[in-house]
Amino acid sequence: MTFNSFLQNLANGISLGSLYALIAIGYTMVYGILRLINFAHGDLVMLGSYFAFYGVSMFFLPWWAAFFFAVALTAGVGVVMEKVAYRPLRDFPRINLFTAAVAVSFLLENLAIVIFGGRPNAFSRPPFMDKMLNIGSVTFVSYTPIIIAVSLVLFIGLILIINHTKAGTAMRALSKDIETTGLMGVNTNKIIMFAFMLGSSLAAVGGILWAIKFPQINPLMGVMPGLKAFVAAVLGGIGNVGGAMIGGLLLGIVEIMLVAFFPSLSGYRDAFSYAILILLLLFRPTGIMGEVQPEKV
Amino acid sequence: MLYKRLLNVGLALITISGLLLGCAPEAEETGDIEEMEEVVIGVYEPMTGAQAAGGVQTMQGVDLAYAQKDEVLGVPIRMVLVDNRGDKAESATAMTRLIEQENAVAVVGSYGSSNSMAGGEVSEAAGIPVMGCSPTNPLVTEGKDYYFRACFIDPFQGRVMAKYATEQGIEKVAIIQNISQDYSVGLAAFFKQSWVDLMGSEEGIVSETSYQDGDQDFTAQLSDIGDAQAIFAPGYYGDAALLMKQAREMGFTGLFMGTDAWEAPELVEIAGDSAEGCVFSSHYSAEAATTPASAPFVEAFEAEYGEKPSAMAALGYDAYMLVIDAIERAGSFDPEAIRDAMAATENFEGVTGYITINETGDAVKDAVVLEVQDGEFKYLSTVSP
Repeated sequence: MTFNSFLQNLANGISLGSLYALIAIGYTMVYGILRLINFAHGDLVMLGSYFAFYGVSMFFLPWWAAFFFAVALTAGVGVVMEKVAYRPLRDFPRINLFTAAVAVSFLLENLAIVIFGGRPNAFSRPPFMDKMLNIGSVTFVSYTPIIIAVSLVLFIGLILIINHTKAGTAMRALSKDIETTGLMGVNTNKIIMFAFMLGSSLAAVGGILWAIKFPQINPLMGVMPGLKAFVAAVLGGIGNVGGAMIGGLLLGIVEIMLVAFFPSLSGYRDAFSYAILILLLLFRPTGIMGEVQPEKV
Repeated sequence: MLYKRLLNVGLALITISGLLLGCAPEAEETGDIEEMEEVVIGVYEPMTGAQAAGGVQTMQGVDLAYAQKDEVLGVPIRMVLVDNRGDKAESATAMTRLIEQENAVAVVGSYGSSNSMAGGEVSEAAGIPVMGCSPTNPLVTEGKDYYFRACFIDPFQGRVMAKYATEQGIEKVAIIQNISQDYSVGLAAFFKQSWVDLMGSEEGIVSETSYQDGDQDFTAQLSDIGDAQAIFAPGYYGDAALLMKQAREMGFTGLFMGTDAWEAPELVEIAGDSAEGCVFSSHYSAEAATTPASAPFVEAFEAEYGEKPSAMAALGYDAYMLVIDAIERAGSFDPEAIRDAMAATENFEGVTGYITINETGDAVKDAVVLEVQDGEFKYLSTVSP
């Protein structure tokens, strides 16, 4: 492998990885607060891309308006999902909440099949995202740097929200102990809703960028990215936002590089990436950035 | 055994009709064709999921055939469609449902070789004959007594494309297969074999890589193709469209070659300009009519759907008509008799060509090579086996 093709693969890996990262952040945030693996997160990714698609193709909105509308609508779906399916179960065993998440995921997928139809749709890119760029001998399309930049900006923004706002402080407190935080006068319902809103918006942005990179959308498109993002979140240390970012990037780069370095093993790509995950978890059960959390009594 | 199955089917049908009419079922004589209220023909196709476009196109043809022929041996046909989602497990479930709940006497389907192979295990055990419309992998009918198909098989299709490539003067080719689909794996192997036969060595195959169902990023596979002049990617239209788009974005200027699963409007919709000039083998082109039945079919199809029939639609039409033909020749609704009649199909005048079922249960037919020109599938040539 030449240095140039290494750079080419690195660029491809980072752009795929930043998408995983963006989706993984939403997963990890909800987990950090509610200890809930929100399996419907991947389906929010799908909804985000469909809302944007219909915004452009049905309501003839300019792309930026359609994207904004899609993110807002998906955030709304996330909030409703929390209120209807998760909040009533919050005080029951975790497994109930988890089952509800799986149910919500199936509900969203099948609703999407009924409403949007089972055939894939072509997602059209805004023109400025469709330009070919060359840096040295590395070729990429203009969406690649945009995806990386958007992920980075959103990540930094989220870190700022978590660390430097009142709501963020409350979120961190909630992740330590929901009940006590409530006793301190924090409106826990509101903060959890806010976390879902943030997570769903990120999923929607992830979905739109995903559809720009892979311009084919279908009702089950969220399943794979959702699964991969979950793996990325675990890899980085679930519950840790920075970890999700690193986990996502790492997963994207490893996936691309494995195929690039060992083309004959390309059919076993997932087997290898998951073997790496298992090895890593054997040596670092909490993931790359995860901390050991004492069991709550 | 034979009598018992007939009895079961007859009883079930009479029970259903009895319920519908609200009269006592025992009043009717079992197995008497004249007295039957309806006969069920099952269809299983991917109507949702990654192969949905193929299933929907096939159903256009099946629906048209059903509209033209909704009665056989004087008994009204009830056609039951079950969605198999393009998934192996769902295909087996769909087949079970058609046989056990709907009491289908024969089944049509399915787009996708892996789907058909999963469904075939169930129909084989139950002894219900199936007419495949477009599953092309040899394993669909191999070793199966009850599975037939209206289309050619992949060793031939692989040879058609290998021959096309060498005729175009291509010396270096990259193969990218979907390892989750028997259809794709088989075609990649058959293409390679024919390539070696034609070129004398494997040298010209510069890269062989794989991806899996659900994968949307092919950049790593594409970075391995080196100086290949053509990419042979025998996957489904959705994967192929993304693959072509990404290859062009990475600066590949060569030829894209595919197979019959590329024939879906989504290929062009998703890939856009990147699909321009790509070629693939298929079963049929409305531009190259082959039998007297072809022209009326195209006319009826256009009147119904306002577009030219695709190969999948034409095969769906033929598969349904083949089932009807077999039932008529069998003169009964006994699955065994229908099976025997299907196996004996000879020179059936289909819209995709004359169909004779050979000893392996396959149809031996011509293939067409299509090219994408200005976003349309244009007929290039016909290749005979």
